[in-house]
Amino acid sequence: MYMQPVKTDSFVETANAMRLLVVEDDRDAAGYLRKAFREAGHVCEVANDGEEGLALALDGEFDVFIIDRMLPKRDGLSVISEIRKRGVTTPVLILSALGQVDDRVTGLRAGGDDYLAKPYAFSELLARVEALARRVAPQAADTVYRVGELELDRLAHRVVRSGKEIPLQPREFRLLEYLMRHAGQVVTRTMLLENVWDYHFDPQTNVIDVHVSRLRSKIDKGYDKPLLHTVRGTGYMIRDGAR
Amino acid sequence: MTALAKLLRTTAFKIVAAYLVIFALFAAGVILYLGRHTQQLVVSQITETVDADVRNLVQQFRTGGIRRLVDAVDRLANQPGSNLYLVTTYSGDTLAGNLTDTPSSVLENEGWSEISYRRSEEGSSAGPARALVRVSFLSGGFRLLVGRDFEERDRLRQILVQPARVAFVLIVVMGVAGGIFVARRVLKRIDSMTATNERIMAGDLSGRLAITGSGDEFDRLANSLNAMLERIEALMAGVKQVSDNIAHDLKTPLTRLRNRAEEALRNAKTEGDYRAALELTIDESDNLIRTFDALLMIARAEAGEARKGMTDFDATDVAESVTELYEPLAEEKGLHLKVDTHGPMPIHGSRELVSQALANLVDNAIKHGMPTSSATNGEICIATSREDGRVVLSVADRGVGIPLEDRARVVERFTRLEASRSRPGAGLGLSLASAVAHLHGGELRLEDHEPGLRVALVLPTSPHERA
Repeated sequence: MYMQPVKTDSFVETANAMRLLVVEDDRDAAGYLRKAFREAGHVCEVANDGEEGLALALDGEFDVFIIDRMLPKRDGLSVISEIRKRGVTTPVLILSALGQVDDRVTGLRAGGDDYLAKPYAFSELLARVEALARRVAPQAADTVYRVGELELDRLAHRVVRSGKEIPLQPREFRLLEYLMRHAGQVVTRTMLLENVWDYHFDPQTNVIDVHVSRLRSKIDKGYDKPLLHTVRGTGYMIRDGAR
Repeated sequence: MTALAKLLRTTAFKIVAAYLVIFALFAAGVILYLGRHTQQLVVSQITETVDADVRNLVQQFRTGGIRRLVDAVDRLANQPGSNLYLVTTYSGDTLAGNLTDTPSSVLENEGWSEISYRRSEEGSSAGPARALVRVSFLSGGFRLLVGRDFEERDRLRQILVQPARVAFVLIVVMGVAGGIFVARRVLKRIDSMTATNERIMAGDLSGRLAITGSGDEFDRLANSLNAMLERIEALMAGVKQVSDNIAHDLKTPLTRLRNRAEEALRNAKTEGDYRAALELTIDESDNLIRTFDALLMIARAEAGEARKGMTDFDATDVAESVTELYEPLAEEKGLHLKVDTHGPMPIHGSRELVSQALANLVDNAIKHGMPTSSATNGEICIATSREDGRVVLSVADRGVGIPLEDRARVVERFTRLEASRSRPGAGLGLSLASAVAHLHGGELRLEDHEPGLRVALVLPTSPHERA
């Protein structure tokens, strides 16, 4: 899936190169991830067990750690708690074959920032890693988000495009808020379901698509330049196309 | 292990042994008490006899002086089985009596004392015996000693000790015999239970323990073990069904996947052909993953694993939130989602799982709830209500419904009715909803909505709410 050219150009354009650490004992999977992240324009180092991963994580400069939950020599969760104990705040994404609610909760409690169950689509992983790298950026605290002539005021709960106010339902507002916080990044359907609705299950039908198209009809309809784009096979992205 | 060692290890034997010790101690206590009491009686009889003798002799002394007393004592002392007598002067010289070797210290104090003595006429062959004596001071410095042998007391002790020994032995023998009898009876039933269990463990899961009908502890134990076997059998059947399902319903899409890849290798000419085949492959494998996740989820819910993370939450809130999620989709399909709630309804459980179960029901309603005739409007109603202290989360549609005879079947994994075979879905939605309901101690009900189907998740109210 990661080879679809449709996405590749947008990644290169939007994401500054990240330094990633992948801790994964399956050498095939690790090699595949390294190759895929490099194609997406990032630098990726690989550790094959918990001890090596911990040493690299404490040693090097990384933007995001991607840590498998079950590792030889040292368990993934223990690597994460050790990293956190040493005061390293780098965002951590946990990869795990266990995808159930309670497993995710224990993973996040150990100090992880996001959780992705195997098997996953690489595009999903990439989108989440990019969102995590952005999470530490200062603009997350801004009270007003701007994309082109679209403005969202988080305190006043107002959305304005080209000076005209757009009335939104509370959920539509939160959806747009999340998309705009990650402006210029791909946001997957699962990320939206988790962060806007707080559901961690698969709703069978793509309910999210309908919500997004409703939102799109409110913010893009009647303007010649669309801001909310569909990234085929992956999700959505809001950005000012002219930039 | 020998039969004796086995017996010694049984609980029944231990109980019997404990009882035996208690009974033996009790019997010993009673015998000791009786013995003491009888001895006291004997002693008081001795003192009475001695007192009477002393009164009589003192009387003789008063009327006839020392000569008369000596005569009387000589007469009395020579009778067979007589009391003990001794009359001395102030300086301790014996005037009359049948005692020798009397320690002089005894005669120095008036009153009762216990002495060892030797009868003068029996010679030195007899050993010293014990006696209770009373010393009286008479006028003129004479001393009179009257006493009685403890022989009676000792004989009585002999009389008591012998039967006590016999009784004690009898108690022990009866206790042990009773213990063995009880233990053997208990052991026999336990051994038969063990034998049945071993047969069941060997693979005959339909075997059950015998019930005698007496309603005793063994029947109760057998009943509860049988109930456990029942549950295990049901779980095993579930596992078997899952593996059968996996064999059938996962192999079918896997075969399809493989066929597509083979066909692409054989026939694809352009890069576009390959791309299309690969995309189909990814879609197909995503579907498989989804099915697999749902199966795992159901298995986990059925095993009760999610119970540890349960909290209190509001069913009404879940209903409204799920409605909000599906409302645009329903509208797009020309259906109207209506929510009918009546204030907060707290339940205890997994919010995530209940939300997912409800989402599955709403998803089903949207997929299958298209009205069959244009006369009815396509309305799907999501409602919460209370019923006998339970919370009912229901989804009702105006679609074709499910015939009565199929209702039990649709809850099973992978069941898809003929009418819906062509539509997407793996047939796991209702299974998951049902597993979630059971996990919470509730049930899933399928009812006629005339026309249409009403599916209700009936869940127990939060215990904090009831309190």
